[in-house]
Amino acid sequence: MDLNTLHYAKSHEWAHVEGDICTVGITQHAVDLLTDIIHLELPKVGAAVKAETRFGEVESVKSVNELIAPLSGTVIEVNDKAAKDTSLVNSDPYGAGWLIKIKLAPDAAKSHLMDLKKYEDYCAHEGH
Amino acid sequence: MANLRTPLYDWHISQKARMVPFGGWDMPVQYKGVMDEHKAVRNSAGMFDVSHMARFSFGGPDALALIDEIFTNSAAGMKDFQVRYGLVCNESGGMLDDILVYRWPYGWAMVVNASNRIKILDWLNAKKGDRNVTIQDQTLATCMVAVQGPKAVELCKEMFADPIEDLKYYYARPTKYLGQNCVVSRTGYTGEDGIEIMVGAAQANTLADALLAKGVVPCGLGCRDTLRLEAAMPLYGHELNETTDPLSAGLSWAVKLEKPSFIGKEALAQKKAAGLPAVRMGLEIEGKRAAREGCPVLIAGKQVGVITSGSFSPTLEKSIAMAMLPAGTTSCEVDIRGTITPAKVVPLPFYKRAK
Repeated sequence: MDLNTLHYAKSHEWAHVEGDICTVGITQHAVDLLTDIIHLELPKVGAAVKAETRFGEVESVKSVNELIAPLSGTVIEVNDKAAKDTSLVNSDPYGAGWLIKIKLAPDAAKSHLMDLKKYEDYCAHEGH
Repeated sequence: MANLRTPLYDWHISQKARMVPFGGWDMPVQYKGVMDEHKAVRNSAGMFDVSHMARFSFGGPDALALIDEIFTNSAAGMKDFQVRYGLVCNESGGMLDDILVYRWPYGWAMVVNASNRIKILDWLNAKKGDRNVTIQDQTLATCMVAVQGPKAVELCKEMFADPIEDLKYYYARPTKYLGQNCVVSRTGYTGEDGIEIMVGAAQANTLADALLAKGVVPCGLGCRDTLRLEAAMPLYGHELNETTDPLSAGLSWAVKLEKPSFIGKEALAQKKAAGLPAVRMGLEIEGKRAAREGCPVLIAGKQVGVITSGSFSPTLEKSIAMAMLPAGTTSCEVDIRGTITPAKVVPLPFYKRAK
């Protein structure tokens, strides 16, 4: 995955948009902060997700964090492999560790998301 | 007010630790990751900067009398060089802290939780009266490092002027490190064999580098918490606080009601006679989701307690937790962020090392 083609949320999800289909995962920065992911709670196919609201949960040994949808739409695919083997998210967050695919709502707007450069700056300044 | 920093603060940064505020200090929560660090301690050896824990030394002829008054365990019954765990209670039996007391031929010492340093110092000074005791707070002038794991003693045995491998569990030895005074004790908070080393702040970096060179893995507060939870060691502010008592917390072994007197004795004797409505128990929870502190514990839909500590156990690969629950409870449910999850009561500790 070319990280330059992705859109990034402040809550550390990435979105890869191709036409009206968006793949969602969490970033390497999120993985570094979480370490050792032990459980994922993901929505079912058909569920509606809304930009900037909760669509699931990622739990690591030490903490629980909400997953926030980067864009609005309907879930058309869930990565059951990653839900069963959460180490996929740790080892390959932009590839085998993707979380859900969304069919974007017609009015889904990306303006609240960051490009790679902005996201990297954001991570460098967040919490330090 | 800015947090305090231990003598190893810059060393942690150089090791790429993620730092978090803890008990008034900036401390490393993890370096490479909680799981790897946890396993290093269970299988080999890990090191923890525990310099944030308060260290007091006591001199003067009345030191024993003061310590025995504020300590639920017996200080008078300790041998020279022995270390003993116990509680500091208020008059109503509530726990002000859990501490370690050290007996030297020439005086006494105490290790206290970081967040309770000033509270216990004030308590000691308030209870001192006209006794002839001097109390010195050595926390900021010294560094303490815990080396824990089955290989800890083997890896460290040649670092000091005196042998340490013959130290008995819960005994300490004054020795030298690089020609400077230090203390090594066979104590820890992980359920593993290991030692805790106290050196002057000036030796801190050299000690940490030497341990690293021996293959001891730097470990943060994250795995310290999962390790102590597996070993069912209570943590102040979680299982222990001023509104519960050591008998309910499962620490009656550290409360010597047969002592002539100590602060809180009458209240604790009364609680014991009346029977304990709730006691600390261990839970194994279905599934992998962890029951975190504060999750309600239910029996037949009715809340009977809350989780005091909970995590996924890296060693057992199960979700485990501790809670204060009605005596006799064998099974219950835990409300994990809206999902009612079955749990069963299991004997503590969850993990016990092979000896």
